[in-house]
Amino acid sequence: MPDQDKYNEADPLSEAGTGEEEMPSAVESRTFDLGTMEGQSLIKAERLADHPETPAIEDRVVARSLWQDAWRDLRRNPIFIISGLLIIFLVVMAIWPGLFTSTDPLKCDLSKSQQGAESGHPFGFDTQGCDVYSRTVHGARASITVGVCATAGAALTGTVLGGLAGFFGGWLDSVVSRIADIFFGIPILLGGLVFLSVIPSQSIWIVVAFIVVLGWPQLARIGRGAVITAKQQDYVTAARALGAGNARLMLRHILPNAVAPIIVVATIALGTYIALEATLSFLGVGLKPPTVSWGIDISSAADTFRNAPHMLLYPAGALSLTVLAFIMLGDAVRDALDPKLR
Amino acid sequence: MPVATRVRWAVIAATSVALVATGCSSSSSSSSGTNANGVVQAWWGDPQNPLEPVNTNEVNGGAVLNMIFTGLVSYDPKTSKASNANADSITSTDQQNWTVKLKPGWKFSDGTTVTASSYVDAWNYGALVTNKQVNASFFQYVQGYNDVAPPTGAPTAQTMSGLKVVDDNTFTVALSQKFSTWPQTLGYSAYYPVPKSFFTDHAAYLNKPVGNGPYLIQSWTRSQKMQLRPNTAYSGTNKPKNGGIDLKVYTDTNAAYADLQSGNLDLDNGIPNSALKTIQTDLNGRYINEPAGIIQTISFPLYQVDWNTDNAKLVRQGISMAIDRATITKVVFTSTRTPATDWTSPVLGDAGGYKAGLCGSVCNFDAAKAKQLIQQGGGIPGGQLTISYNADGPHKEWVDAVCNSINNAMGDTKSCVGRPVGTFADFRNQVTTKQMTGAFRTGWQMDYPLIQDFLQPVYTTGASSNDSHYSNAQFDALVSKANADADVTQSVTDFQTAEKMLATDLPAIPLWYQNGTAGWSSKVSNVMLDPFSVPVYSEITVK
Amino acid sequence: MGRYVLRRLLQMIPVFIGTTFLIFVMVHALGDPVNALFGDKAPDPAVAAQIRAQYNLNDPLWLQYVKYMGNLFRWDFGTTFSGQTVTSLLATAYPATLKLTAVAFTIEVVFGIGFGLISGLRRGGVADNSVLILTLVVISIPTFVTGYVLQYLIGVKWGIVPATAGDPLTLQSLLLPGIVLASVSLAYVARLTRTTVAENSKADYVRTATAKGLPRRRVVINHLLRNSLIPVVTFLGTDLGALMGGALVTERIFNIHGVGFYLYQGIVRQNSNTVVGFVTILVIVFLAANLLVDLLYAVLDPRIRYA
Repeated sequence: MPDQDKYNEADPLSEAGTGEEEMPSAVESRTFDLGTMEGQSLIKAERLADHPETPAIEDRVVARSLWQDAWRDLRRNPIFIISGLLIIFLVVMAIWPGLFTSTDPLKCDLSKSQQGAESGHPFGFDTQGCDVYSRTVHGARASITVGVCATAGAALTGTVLGGLAGFFGGWLDSVVSRIADIFFGIPILLGGLVFLSVIPSQSIWIVVAFIVVLGWPQLARIGRGAVITAKQQDYVTAARALGAGNARLMLRHILPNAVAPIIVVATIALGTYIALEATLSFLGVGLKPPTVSWGIDISSAADTFRNAPHMLLYPAGALSLTVLAFIMLGDAVRDALDPKLR
Repeated sequence: MPVATRVRWAVIAATSVALVATGCSSSSSSSSGTNANGVVQAWWGDPQNPLEPVNTNEVNGGAVLNMIFTGLVSYDPKTSKASNANADSITSTDQQNWTVKLKPGWKFSDGTTVTASSYVDAWNYGALVTNKQVNASFFQYVQGYNDVAPPTGAPTAQTMSGLKVVDDNTFTVALSQKFSTWPQTLGYSAYYPVPKSFFTDHAAYLNKPVGNGPYLIQSWTRSQKMQLRPNTAYSGTNKPKNGGIDLKVYTDTNAAYADLQSGNLDLDNGIPNSALKTIQTDLNGRYINEPAGIIQTISFPLYQVDWNTDNAKLVRQGISMAIDRATITKVVFTSTRTPATDWTSPVLGDAGGYKAGLCGSVCNFDAAKAKQLIQQGGGIPGGQLTISYNADGPHKEWVDAVCNSINNAMGDTKSCVGRPVGTFADFRNQVTTKQMTGAFRTGWQMDYPLIQDFLQPVYTTGASSNDSHYSNAQFDALVSKANADADVTQSVTDFQTAEKMLATDLPAIPLWYQNGTAGWSSKVSNVMLDPFSVPVYSEITVK
Repeated sequence: MGRYVLRRLLQMIPVFIGTTFLIFVMVHALGDPVNALFGDKAPDPAVAAQIRAQYNLNDPLWLQYVKYMGNLFRWDFGTTFSGQTVTSLLATAYPATLKLTAVAFTIEVVFGIGFGLISGLRRGGVADNSVLILTLVVISIPTFVTGYVLQYLIGVKWGIVPATAGDPLTLQSLLLPGIVLASVSLAYVARLTRTTVAENSKADYVRTATAKGLPRRRVVINHLLRNSLIPVVTFLGTDLGALMGGALVTERIFNIHGVGFYLYQGIVRQNSNTVVGFVTILVIVFLAANLLVDLLYAVLDPRIRYA
């Protein structure tokens, strides 16, 4: 893709008209847009050359990298604190379910089938007569592992591949995009049956791997689109003109500005992946019983919502809470990385 | 020519009936409360195979064939007793060579006459291996079957030597072994006759099959809808009491149930499990739940050394006693299953060979005894019982319940675990290629209401559905003897003696008898289910 | 531009071959489909062998694929095990699915972008929190539950719209399935729009436009929204095919004989003809949608150019 001729074109959207001005001053006047260590240090470097200052200032500047900036912002953000506490709570539940309940989630008494809450069983019983509270607590481990790891895997793979495709364009873009197209075309059911029945182990990591294989193309498309937009921006042009290398451009300038849509899609995908695990289990190709997960309980409660809504309510509520925590976290991180919102 | 004219008239008559029925169904209700022209909107699923009599082995295709065909014998929907329908008589002196005489003058709905060749040609077509009919093995007892369907290689004959046309209304059948209850098997769809057009223009026939039954197919939009109208040329006794049946293909049983509740569907015999708890109030009691000829079992891989020992026998007995059938059928199935106490079905009736309690204490829930037996037998082979099932069917709930019941009896939540297999095809492959290492679900739906059908194909050595690969020479000998018995009562007694061996060997644990269920709208009445859990469409009346 | 489109169209060929082969191999990997045709009975080995021969199942995989592709070029997609041609299935399924997708996609675009815009302009407001709650609900409660609940309440109990879509498909009967199908995607679109709108509302060109005294409406639509749409359009592009192929749950609940349903049946019955036929067309939809999205990038942001 002929990126070069684009740099000379006037930007019809940036009516501030910065394009006409001399590059250094343009950069200076738009520090908010830059908001990056790269831009700032460049400016500082020039100033240092003209007006030598004390090394202490330079140290301070260098130390305050983009990510440290973001971290400082985050620590003061109440949304971040709330979501962080929520996530810590869920992780503790996933690691030590015994702290929250002493009831065995696999100990079931059919004669209690679908009964409501009673003393010692605050959430009532499911169809098999198992304790819903205990199953909700014990389900956290499998569901959160699948959700977080699959999201992390898909987002990482998707962002890297999609980002490179969007940044370099050309044949790399063609290859990555067309491979993604093929993966899009594979029906989940078929993929699940093949992937998970050919590999008989059905451990949780196989399920995670499968979801990553299935989920990366969407994040790659989103990442690619965001990078294509971001790399047209003036500050990227500016940084490139100032001699920044590809790696530097991608990590310092493009990534922070392209990350917003990826975070949004990934946080929602986290919830859908937890639900997808349920679909796979439901199809007999996901987590093996007696593994307990929210997804499995939600899908088995779906049939009975008219008779026993509590069976759906609690695992679905736990799933909502998890997604809420990560959406809030995503929002906070995105805000922290976006200098325009400061 | 005259024949063709009559056909056209029949079609026009049927069409006008349909027009009346659909156009004025609400206004034409007569004062007597029923409308002979009323059309019933009924639930249906897509047939899995082309609609050929010998190529249909599932309930959706079977329901249509049952409406458009009437075989040599038919079964009473209430008592399951076989009686001659198109056959005038089926006789034999040695239980092996049979003479079949037809009632003369029966017609196919295209106007051609049903003759002895209609049967013989149909059966020869069905058995010939190159025609790839899935139910071909139903002719395995006819002499010459091995020539038309050799296990390997090309067929050496095009027709079976055991079938001979004597005259227009008579043919003879020579079997390869004695089979006293053979005439009673002939109501099964594989034995239906076909008209000449089946052979002359096969493709056209498959688009619109023609039979000799109470209904004819007026139109068929594949995967959407089939319209059946009364066959005015029908000679049988069960003439339709309604103006026709519209079968609507549903993607899902829940969708059909929603349509039934909102009045877009009159008859639904595919009631989803989730609706059972509320169905009585939803439909104001317009719901039946009747025994059908289906039994569900759990089989064991007796081809695995661990499962084929005397100790394993004790373990199997213990497992059977650890299952609380009464609670599971009540809670999980909302009483649409009945705990099983033998290996047949109540629809056979006592005279037909059903015997409640034949299984003895082994089929009774007794947690303490169960644990003791399993421990006495050295514990479950492999330390954990797995129950395999196909995940594309509605089995997860009851398998989990059975496992929980076993776990509770053993006092260990890891004693038993369900093992889902993605598709039915994969599941069956694992079963038929002997890859099972633990228990697996098996079910048997009868082809015809005979005790023979519940025992011979399932438990004799090398039988086609002997999934546990059970082999007991004594059992085989008793089945052969029962088949040769001229006296029906003696035959049933011998079968039951054989069946008793299953209670000690336990190649499969009986779980429960499955019921047929159906709900209907306030527009129709007189809904019944036959012992195959198929609605008796011809008896339904429309208000 | 023309050369770019041509190049993209040519790229469809390897993708087409790659996908069909991959799907072919995958269906094959599921194992032998013939046993299942015999139900709970063990198949007669002679008959089973004949059926395998009819569907070329005895050939090596590559030869099966070559034979299949050869037939495909003569517009012969093969038959299902019930004797129906796959082309006839495609002809019934795709129109139904296209109608359903059109309804769902419209709902997704109009309401998704609408909600997203409102909540993005007023972060933390009532609309913003409502979108958040809606998102949590549609993610944590599976479609089959929302589908059944809506069907039961609106279709069965109140009788406002037909409980199932039936035949012929009308706009009215597709409204409910459309909403159900669109719900999860709606959440994605709304939140994506919200975030990019919020981000861009502080951008210089929006401030400038406002400062120039342009009407707010024009600023929001011409400047703010147009620049916020690229991620949204990207998502919509990936979602179009997913809506078409993944509508199984919705199609089953509302009795729509569409792509998702036949694809499911084909997979469960392990009929490679059906599966490959349907997926082939789905992949063409994906390719076309993605090409369209890439062209839209240039429309939305003129700095992006294709040669």
